[in-house]
Amino acid sequence: MLAAQVLINALVLGCLYACIAIGFSLVWGVLNVINLIHGSFVVLGAYLAWGLYQSIGLSPWYALPVAAVLFFGLGYAVQRLLLNRVITAPVLVTLTLTFGLDLILNNAMLYFFKADYRKLILVPPMGSVSVLGVVVPVDRLMATALALALTFILYLILRRTRVGRAIIAVRLDRDAAVLMGVDVRNIYAVAFGLGAALAGTAGVLMALIFPISPLTSDGYLGKAFVVCVLGGLGSVSGALVGGLFLALIEGVGTTFLGPDHATTLSFVLLIVFLIVRPQGLLGRKGFE
Amino acid sequence: MSRSNIALLALVACYAALPLFGGSYTLRLGTIASLYAILALSWNIVGGFAGYPSFATAAFFGFGAYTSGVLQGHGAPLIVGVLAAALASLALASALGAVLLRLRGHYFAIASLSLVEVFRELVNNATDLTGGGMGLNIPVVANTSVMGDATFFFYAMWLVLLATALAVSVVAASKLGFGLACIRQNETAASMVGLNTTLYKTAAFGLSACFVGAAGGIYAAWVHYIDPSDVFDLLYSVKPIVMSLIGGLGSSLGVAIGAFVYLALEEVVWRNYIQIHSGLLGVLIVGLLLFLPHGLVSFRGGFGRIWGRRRKVKNG
Repeated sequence: MLAAQVLINALVLGCLYACIAIGFSLVWGVLNVINLIHGSFVVLGAYLAWGLYQSIGLSPWYALPVAAVLFFGLGYAVQRLLLNRVITAPVLVTLTLTFGLDLILNNAMLYFFKADYRKLILVPPMGSVSVLGVVVPVDRLMATALALALTFILYLILRRTRVGRAIIAVRLDRDAAVLMGVDVRNIYAVAFGLGAALAGTAGVLMALIFPISPLTSDGYLGKAFVVCVLGGLGSVSGALVGGLFLALIEGVGTTFLGPDHATTLSFVLLIVFLIVRPQGLLGRKGFE
Repeated sequence: MSRSNIALLALVACYAALPLFGGSYTLRLGTIASLYAILALSWNIVGGFAGYPSFATAAFFGFGAYTSGVLQGHGAPLIVGVLAAALASLALASALGAVLLRLRGHYFAIASLSLVEVFRELVNNATDLTGGGMGLNIPVVANTSVMGDATFFFYAMWLVLLATALAVSVVAASKLGFGLACIRQNETAASMVGLNTTLYKTAAFGLSACFVGAAGGIYAAWVHYIDPSDVFDLLYSVKPIVMSLIGGLGSSLGVAIGAFVYLALEEVVWRNYIQIHSGLLGVLIVGLLLFLPHGLVSFRGGFGRIWGRRRKVKNG
């Protein structure tokens, strides 16, 4: 029974991890940028959900599309105005630039929202369901389902739309895409916007489950790192597999070694994977 | 030895006279300036000479701080603690470097960044040895005045800075420095002509961690209290990069000057805008990268070009 509970918990958490990581993975895969602002976008999304619920009573379910649109615009602008200027520079420059942007956003959140932990508490609470002795809170279950839905929407966008195919084309071969008439700067901005939108919507879902504070952004970013490397870069299925794998490892680690060692375990796993299998579990370069 | 390295050593030597001019606040700033210069010069060995985007500085800074802190807590004198921190960092970085430096580009960046997280969590969890999240108190040496203490630690940090500057100058002029430049320009080609790239990269990584560890060891004794989130702060990894970018990548003199300039900016911001200082730091980083990508050296480029042209005319 314990094993079943651990498994279900990992399944629920893994989908959320995948949802956090997938935008990060998209940006890394397509733009070749390690986007350190991702964690702060997630937290900002959580604040958006919390703020909308507190001020006008808008339920987080309806906050999702709002967050998607706002964050897409924000991400598009950041990429178009700032990152595109240094996009061809080495990793050191792009990474440090996103670190600088993260400092700005995080400090702004600390300044305006303070460091207090806040919690979005739904009234009335949704309770929990129990099947064969395995207990799962309903809000968690809903968040997981929505995380899966968001992941699937991204998959459809990449697979079925013109702009999605263009993103994949740029990821596979930038020069060839340019020769085929793809406006690379625009595609970069769209990809970064999509990444930000996914971070923001993931944040809305996180608000349902976890406490909100600017200080939590590093944790989300760390998860995104690990999931990306475990699953393989830039593919939707990779992020999903990576997320589930990480949640499972953490769940098992927490149950048998104690919660202190879960983070250590995940980062050690990350380094081992980087060395032994840098293409990740599902590493097929650039294929979606 | 090149002119710029001689200038660097001269700068460091002159810097030793600071206690003649300032009070304890000046000495505190001076100690931090030395610390920053050590971090930046050390990072420059890996990031500037060899071109590997390392974010591991904070990992070895914290490791050195805890090595020396734990030893001093058990009654070892400062000098033993600092030497042990330097040697342990050297050994650990060499062992890790041999594995991690196989990775390139983004993967190396992520791996080195994760090293900071792993070290922090390990220290956090080893409560018996390190005090975990409660932090570690390092005993205060008795019978010292405020000024005496400040002067002592200023010179301690300065000595490590001097050692770093000497080591960097020697490396730059040696076969190792030449090999690292080859690796930066084209690693595959360097290994094709028979350069043992793994050995060279590992040596660079170990050397850069060695002085960072020593600086961390002195830092721990200086502030008397360390905790994991303080010494394993990712900012210790990013600041040296910003300093190097201010000063211009690869040039030791530029990097050291970049460290001083950076500290001046940071102190002004910190003193006047405490609530938004990290945001302003972010603005500084972003502005620097967008508008001054080659650092202060880009200004020199103007003079250099003019000088070069004139010489060409003379030769022609």
